[in-house]
Amino acid sequence: MTAAITPTFDGGRPAGADGLRRPRQPTRSRVLVVARTDLRQLYQSPDFWVPMVILAGFFFVIAPAGLLWAITHVSRSDLVQKVGATLSVLPGSARSAINARAPHASAAVKASYALAVYLFAPLAVIVPMTISTAVGANCLVGERERGTGEFLSHAPVTERDLYLGKLIASLVPGYLTTLVGFGIYSLVVNLIVGPHVGGWFFPTRQWWLLMLWVVPPFLAITLSVVLRLSARVKSAAAAQQASGLVTLPAIVAAYAQSSGALFTHGVGNIWVGGAAWVVAAIGLRRGARAVTRARLLGVDGDLG
Amino acid sequence: MAETPVVELSAVRRAFGAHIALDGLSFAATPGTVTVLLGPNGAGKTTAVRVITGALRADAGTVRTFGLDPAADGAAVRQRCGVVAAKPALYDRLSGWDNLVYAAELYGLGPSAPIEESAARFGIEDALGLRVGGYSTGMKTRLALARAVLHNPDLLLLDEPTSGLDPESSRAVLHLIDELAAQGRTVIMCTHLLLEAEGLADQVVMLDGGRALVAGPPDELVRQVWPRPWLVVDAEDRASLHRLAAVPGVVSVHAAPDGPWRVELDGLARVPDLVAELAFHGVRLTRVAPHEPSLEELYFALRGGPTGAPVLGEPVMPRVRVA
Repeated sequence: MTAAITPTFDGGRPAGADGLRRPRQPTRSRVLVVARTDLRQLYQSPDFWVPMVILAGFFFVIAPAGLLWAITHVSRSDLVQKVGATLSVLPGSARSAINARAPHASAAVKASYALAVYLFAPLAVIVPMTISTAVGANCLVGERERGTGEFLSHAPVTERDLYLGKLIASLVPGYLTTLVGFGIYSLVVNLIVGPHVGGWFFPTRQWWLLMLWVVPPFLAITLSVVLRLSARVKSAAAAQQASGLVTLPAIVAAYAQSSGALFTHGVGNIWVGGAAWVVAAIGLRRGARAVTRARLLGVDGDLG
Repeated sequence: MAETPVVELSAVRRAFGAHIALDGLSFAATPGTVTVLLGPNGAGKTTAVRVITGALRADAGTVRTFGLDPAADGAAVRQRCGVVAAKPALYDRLSGWDNLVYAAELYGLGPSAPIEESAARFGIEDALGLRVGGYSTGMKTRLALARAVLHNPDLLLLDEPTSGLDPESSRAVLHLIDELAAQGRTVIMCTHLLLEAEGLADQVVMLDGGRALVAGPPDELVRQVWPRPWLVVDAEDRASLHRLAAVPGVVSVHAAPDGPWRVELDGLARVPDLVAELAFHGVRLTRVAPHEPSLEELYFALRGGPTGAPVLGEPVMPRVRVA
């Protein structure tokens, strides 16, 4: 079975006169070469990225839009009461912030505001971690299973460059999906809840902190472990299973941290985020040692 | 002045747990030559290739490629090597073109990389736009070859390069190897196919159990094992060839069950006397020709064990012990 591939564009650079993508100018950064090729393979695999898009679409668009619209437009008082009960689970600082934003809004509107700003926070954690983990788990063990590890082991690319390239290729799909989803989510939230609370209000300062300071290091920490697993296990299936065990506590930790970032306004969260960045840097540095040519070839004795 | 070898292995050892893949392997490849590594599965051929490029480190011994230690200067060594693995090692989700572009970028070639030329050399240019996952085995092998020569390597390492290829493509590959060697490039090829190696090799290294049994030019190796000339002899009545044993100058006779016999002489000057002797006794000869033992016969003679298995058929004279 063959599938014709139409000439592709490459990052906005038009294809050559014959319609074929040419190699780029020689660059010192083989990291980017590895990352680009992995991302290109991902792009060529709709069976992989379509579910990711569906996942992100559901969590960032469909579920929030449906829920928020229903809450802000419902007229049944018993349902409004139940939804209003969500406000009681929030910390006092959060309730104060909601009242300050929309002092005269109904319970339903306040509840929808609370959902949008505080309670959908796990989306910003679960979606990128799930996607990036799925990509990262397969990236090194996949080379071995396909036999392409042999090509890479004989190529003039260092283990460090391979690791960093794979890391970028694992980070980008998850984080990019999250950023795009976050943008669409902001639009949905502002369009549905905004008119009831005096205009566009999202993203809040805490969400910027979450997206730019909290999620990335937790994502990096998770990937540093997942890539090490991918280098060591014998099969992609084993890598996926092992990664699932790793990401679960990571998601819990990240969710706790993201909730803290949203619910509080102190600088403590900035420090915690900073500490997470340090841990991520250490984890990534150590993780690079897991990539060896022997493991790419599948002849390392400690492959498990 | 002796040329500096491009590749030099000296007492190289590499083990994978309890399994010893290379056990004191030593050989050298000089520039512009074709070295063929022969041996059964598990002999250590692929491990030798990996050690040469630095993809694997040797546990003991020394490896020098372009005068460098591949373990320490792996990037510099690998930049000048082109490798075709036993399995093509291609990215099935990418097109043939994208596979070559990836290699070009990793080897730092840029937009002027000779992708079309390399592909055309192996007759794969028309399929470059197709996904590799849909290629036949032969197409994948040809693409892997195109990828290996893309950056004009000084050293080409080929592991079963004609595997899966049709006769025309196999011939093209062997012709390419000849061309590359003529251009001054060094080729190291692993193969099971003795016929291929025979016409191509400047040096044959026979591996077994991670060790080199013998290493050297094929004709020299043959002379080492069989220093005396051989004849192929046939007659209308093969049973009458038993008289060969009594002919002066005949060292040994090897009878084939269904074919010409092989006769070892103490010198080619004996041939006319041999023919005359047989004819005198009524043997109606149909064939008398010099026999150059093939690489295949050498291979099986060396791997035949310490008792020296017969080269071909059962001897009617005391057989010569093969070292």
